[in-house]
Amino acid sequence: MSPADSNARPLRILVCIKQVPKAQELQVDPVTQTLKRVGVPSEINPPDANALEIALTLKDRHAAEVVVLSMGPTSFDESLERAVAMGADRAVLLTDRLLGGSDTVPTAYALSETIQKIGGYDLILTGEETTDASTGHVGPGIAGHLDLPQITYVSEVRIVDGTVRARRTAEDGTEWWQTAMPSLCTVNFGCNKPRSPTLTGKIRVKRGGVIAHWSCADVGIDPKKVGLLNSPTIVAKVDTIRLPPRAGHIFSGEPKETVRALLEALIRDRVIAP
Amino acid sequence: MERFDAIVVGAGPAGSAAALTLARKGFSTLLVERGRSPGVKGMFGGRIYSWALHDLLPDWAKDCPVERYVVHENMAFLAEDTALTISFDSPKLGEGRSASFTALRAKFDSWLAKKAQEAGAVLVTGIRVDGLWQEDGRIRGVLVAPNDRVAADVVVIAEGATSVLTRSAGLKADLEPREVSVGVKETIELPAEAIQERFGLGDKEGAAFVFAGQASLGLRGGGFLYTNQSTISLGLVVSSEDLAREKVEIQEVQTRFRMHPAVQRWIRGGKVTEYSAHLVPELGAGMMPRLWGDGVLVAGDAAGFLINNGYTFRGVDLAIASGIAAGEAVEAARAAGGPRAANLQVYEKFLRSRNVLPDLERFRRAPLYMKNERLFDVYPRMLLEIAERLYTVDGSGKERLADIVLREAGAAEVPKWKLLLDLLQGARSM
Repeated sequence: MSPADSNARPLRILVCIKQVPKAQELQVDPVTQTLKRVGVPSEINPPDANALEIALTLKDRHAAEVVVLSMGPTSFDESLERAVAMGADRAVLLTDRLLGGSDTVPTAYALSETIQKIGGYDLILTGEETTDASTGHVGPGIAGHLDLPQITYVSEVRIVDGTVRARRTAEDGTEWWQTAMPSLCTVNFGCNKPRSPTLTGKIRVKRGGVIAHWSCADVGIDPKKVGLLNSPTIVAKVDTIRLPPRAGHIFSGEPKETVRALLEALIRDRVIAP
Repeated sequence: MERFDAIVVGAGPAGSAAALTLARKGFSTLLVERGRSPGVKGMFGGRIYSWALHDLLPDWAKDCPVERYVVHENMAFLAEDTALTISFDSPKLGEGRSASFTALRAKFDSWLAKKAQEAGAVLVTGIRVDGLWQEDGRIRGVLVAPNDRVAADVVVIAEGATSVLTRSAGLKADLEPREVSVGVKETIELPAEAIQERFGLGDKEGAAFVFAGQASLGLRGGGFLYTNQSTISLGLVVSSEDLAREKVEIQEVQTRFRMHPAVQRWIRGGKVTEYSAHLVPELGAGMMPRLWGDGVLVAGDAAGFLINNGYTFRGVDLAIASGIAAGEAVEAARAAGGPRAANLQVYEKFLRSRNVLPDLERFRRAPLYMKNERLFDVYPRMLLEIAERLYTVDGSGKERLADIVLREAGAAEVPKWKLLLDLLQGARSM
């Protein structure tokens, strides 16, 4: 009997999210060649928001508890609060200075330790990758640490007879995979439309007590395995793509004439076919 | 399901005043605002009369985000390119209960909502409540989505002029064009020093103008100008009925108003940084909805609590006072056995003791008087013709004042009896 059928306890779905600078506002510091994160509006990493939507849809259909998990500074509370306002039951933020500078290897380790501390999980969902680093390492990394079956790049998840069925986007089509629980799925960016926060959810956030802050010590994370020094990835060089200068020709005059002149120019420069 | 003793919809001046009053009286109170923060969706001319704020927060002046205290009042009649301005200056205008000040809604509303939160109200922003949860003919709470409802014993509707909930609660019929005007406002940036120098103001002192006549191109309505710390609020309120009939766009009226030499001299060199527009309830006591029902009260603009008597535009003060009255009514209703309509009827008594209804009734005639189109077109022009003749010395011979007035009155083609009647009516309503 699976948890979904037994009614013994509700399904527990964990969703791993990251807070990232808003995609439209992304800027690279010309000096340090790193992403500017200070003073830039943030959002839930969009693929993670799609993962959360899948979790909330499952919660709508089955008795399920949705727990959101993140690792980062306390400013990540903003995104965790949003996740709860959207319908998650509670959130855990793993936050500790020791974790600063961790790349995807320590991050997957630290998150898997935190997931074990939360315990009792049936399904773990993550986004396929983050919009600020785009490695796609962390989801599979967690599955590796926890020795879980995983289905990557999914766009739909169903729970049938105590198993997970997921539609996976492959290069030449879609595949349906089935696996036992607990398991992990990484979710495609844009596969659904994440819901808006609800009044009820926002009130729950205001009442407080929905986000737990845990340190490395709380979880039992080995300090020698996290942080910048224990991150094998070294960013050797980053090149900013510079856009070629535009022609900057402005067409003006009567609308009809202007459009004609523009079309002629575009055809002449072989931008469009005659 | 979440539940509260009271839910207040709208964190404008009326809603925050109601939530603050309720929270102080020990009611668990939810204050819901659709804007990302209070005030971002709010619009008004730019001035707040402080008397009601004194009643709500005696220490308001300590940290209230005042732009400038108005000590310089002006009324200007405009013709095509001429202006006749009557000014009144008094440092006393900025003192005590009669003080009025200019403000920016984003700052003011956030400040007032924070006071409500400090008193214990729960503020939730970014949620538009467009439904009431009604059952067995009474209000049980609010309904945002089928599975997103919050229960309460009483709902205070302070949603503003569009009054969607008020109408859905059956307290008010759909808005008619004649019941609303259109308000537009531009915020014009100027350095504080330039504002102080131009208007002859001290550090925290401000000026207020109302404009009549050509300001609204002769349509029913008028213009206003208020000085903020380093911006000027310039706008118009024009009858939507007249705009529709004359097929004029409000932006065009506003542009012509802004370009008038008597306006240009104040704003020259300024940069327009904001443009906003909103409905303005226009008929005062004449268009008030039913103000209470089973488990529901209506306050502020949603209740039509607005006074425009030609020389003062009042809304925020009445909104705050009605919010206080709503809180008092809910408390009295609880003592009487619960917020049923019969018990909430006491709201009217509090609206009277808080001076909302008496003032509205006193100026009830004003909107009707305002319907007189001669006031917006013929008379201002007449006044300016008289002024022009008075002040024009070109050696062609000077007439006596009385002769000028009589001749202009004749030229305006308004029968003398009508002129007298208008004068009498105007005096009575003001």
